[in-house]
Amino acid sequence: MLQFAQSACNLLCRCLGITFVVWFTILFVIIIVPAVLEVSLGIHRFYIRTLCRVFEWATLQMELSAKQKNRQFSKPHTKGILAKSKPLSVQENMQELRSSAHSRRSEPQFDMGDVIYFCRKGVESIMDDEVTKSFSAQELESWNLLTRSIRRFPHRGLRLTFLWGLGVLIRYGILLPLRVLLAVTGIFLFVILSTSVGFLPNSKLRFFLGEKVHLMGYRFCVKSLTAFITYHNSENRPKNGSICVANHTTPLDVIILANDRCYSLVGQVHRGLLGMIQRAMVKSSPHIWFERAEVKDRHLVAKRLCDHAADKTKQPILIFPEGTCVNNTSVMMFKKGSFEIGCTIFPVAIKYDFRFGDAYWNSSKFGLVHHLLRIMSSWGLVCSVWYLPPMNREEGEDAVQFAKRVKAALAAQAGLADLTWDGGLKRTKVKDIFKEEQQRLYSEILLRDHQTQKQEKCFEDGTPEED
Amino acid sequence: PVSAAHLLRLHERFDFLDKDGRGHLRPEDFEEIRELTENPIGGRIIAAFFPPEKERLDFPSFVRILAHFRPIGKNRSRDRAQPEQANSRTGKLKFAFELYDQDRDGKISREELLQVLRAMLGLQVTEEQLRSIAERAVQEADIDGDGAISFDEFKKVKKKEPQGLKPAEKTNFCHVWFLRSHWRKWTWSTR
Repeated sequence: MLQFAQSACNLLCRCLGITFVVWFTILFVIIIVPAVLEVSLGIHRFYIRTLCRVFEWATLQMELSAKQKNRQFSKPHTKGILAKSKPLSVQENMQELRSSAHSRRSEPQFDMGDVIYFCRKGVESIMDDEVTKSFSAQELESWNLLTRSIRRFPHRGLRLTFLWGLGVLIRYGILLPLRVLLAVTGIFLFVILSTSVGFLPNSKLRFFLGEKVHLMGYRFCVKSLTAFITYHNSENRPKNGSICVANHTTPLDVIILANDRCYSLVGQVHRGLLGMIQRAMVKSSPHIWFERAEVKDRHLVAKRLCDHAADKTKQPILIFPEGTCVNNTSVMMFKKGSFEIGCTIFPVAIKYDFRFGDAYWNSSKFGLVHHLLRIMSSWGLVCSVWYLPPMNREEGEDAVQFAKRVKAALAAQAGLADLTWDGGLKRTKVKDIFKEEQQRLYSEILLRDHQTQKQEKCFEDGTPEED
Repeated sequence: PVSAAHLLRLHERFDFLDKDGRGHLRPEDFEEIRELTENPIGGRIIAAFFPPEKERLDFPSFVRILAHFRPIGKNRSRDRAQPEQANSRTGKLKFAFELYDQDRDGKISREELLQVLRAMLGLQVTEEQLRSIAERAVQEADIDGDGAISFDEFKKVKKKEPQGLKPAEKTNFCHVWFLRSHWRKWTWSTR
């Protein structure tokens, strides 16, 4: 009996040993070596295609099972609860509300029903509002076999549940440990290599090797997240001595972009692991890290950015003008700081395919580590990056208008909604200035009507009115 | 036939607005909606959801009030037979009337009209202009000469039917009678 247990134990140990060796060899050959040497094996296309087919099959199964149970399979409304009508201006809305049957003479200057326009807008926003939609996770049309999106898809059936269970095993048992191991290896290698490159005396060699080390580090990170990135229009890739702006969905946007070319990053100095990485980065390539106290001093920030951008040999600065993470369905207001500097702007649009995993970092819901774990335990990070042609500030255009122009081009390229809301609304209340704008628009309509009526009366009576 | 998906959607919205998970809404929860705080009469719309003594709004009441905004459907004959229905023309106008008539005495006085005008126009017009607009509106609408506008007079002024909010799906919205009978069953199935 004891001998049996012992031999079973030996067998188990040997099996585990062999599995471990095989696994590590696969890891080394397929992932680490290509990451270091910049070679691609083409596995990712196969992976994505397979997953897409599985998701489509899953949706079909759900529709069939719903039909069998005679229940309606309703796809969740991804576009919101209200039907989208053509956006009309305040004037056009008022015109619609007021009866067109009234002749101009007897039309009241102020219609009692004008309140209905504001009332309707108010109730629309109660039922569904743009700002909230942009700060909560995107909704899926078909189930992507992740636990987190399970609530919206109640008709699952046995086959799908089995597939989901298999998915959980694969994601948490194989993919997650693999990714964590890769991330740790990558960061470790990067810190060591970057620090050693920093000791080189020759600055040209240091710059060249520094770029190579940085790119290797980012490739490791990309592989550890299983990110599949497609770069479009690479001829518009940002050049040295300029500023690159992009829409912000997650802190990992930096890794996505820096995988293609090196950027100079701008940010606060952190402590701990992140601080160590920041110090290692600075040794081999110039980045702009601010002390916490300095961030408040806008002129100092602007000056440092200007100096860096003026040097045409330095790498482009990467800035996210929204100032906060938005959920990748829309682009929020761009802060004008980076557009005041006056050098060439290279806009870059990033769009994630959220079927494979939600990349949006909802900082009020999860911390950074939780967010990273969520991404590492989903199917992957599939995204497209579009490089837009460079833009310069035109004559007679101020920073705000320039920012709006860049934002519109970016939103159009990535297919995102162009919103004028401030990203800071995630944390603060609306300023009264917006309410005053509404009041101003309405008053213009009334006063214009008032003026036209006065003029008509004037012509009627033949006497000049006193204003 | 009511779309369960639509009710589910509304309940998700209710849950989202109810940030503390209490199961009912308070006026502060509505004030979190940015577009509503931008609206000049946002405060009044919030007050319309909460009757004077109550500070809590549960889900059936929430839906009942939103039901006013369903556009009048194609089966006009049915609607005409039930004029008390929430989304009839009368129902919509009553909602608008109550936005003016805050003290619920059944009449819009000059002062109440002035208050609404002040909210909608803010500092953009002078006090005299506001008064003249209010005076003119009351004169034109007041038929029986009592210096205030009753609901019937209000209805006569608003000849055109107020537009409803079209739901995204071409399904019926909700009716109060349906809610009462199906509410229990539905809450169990979604918990």
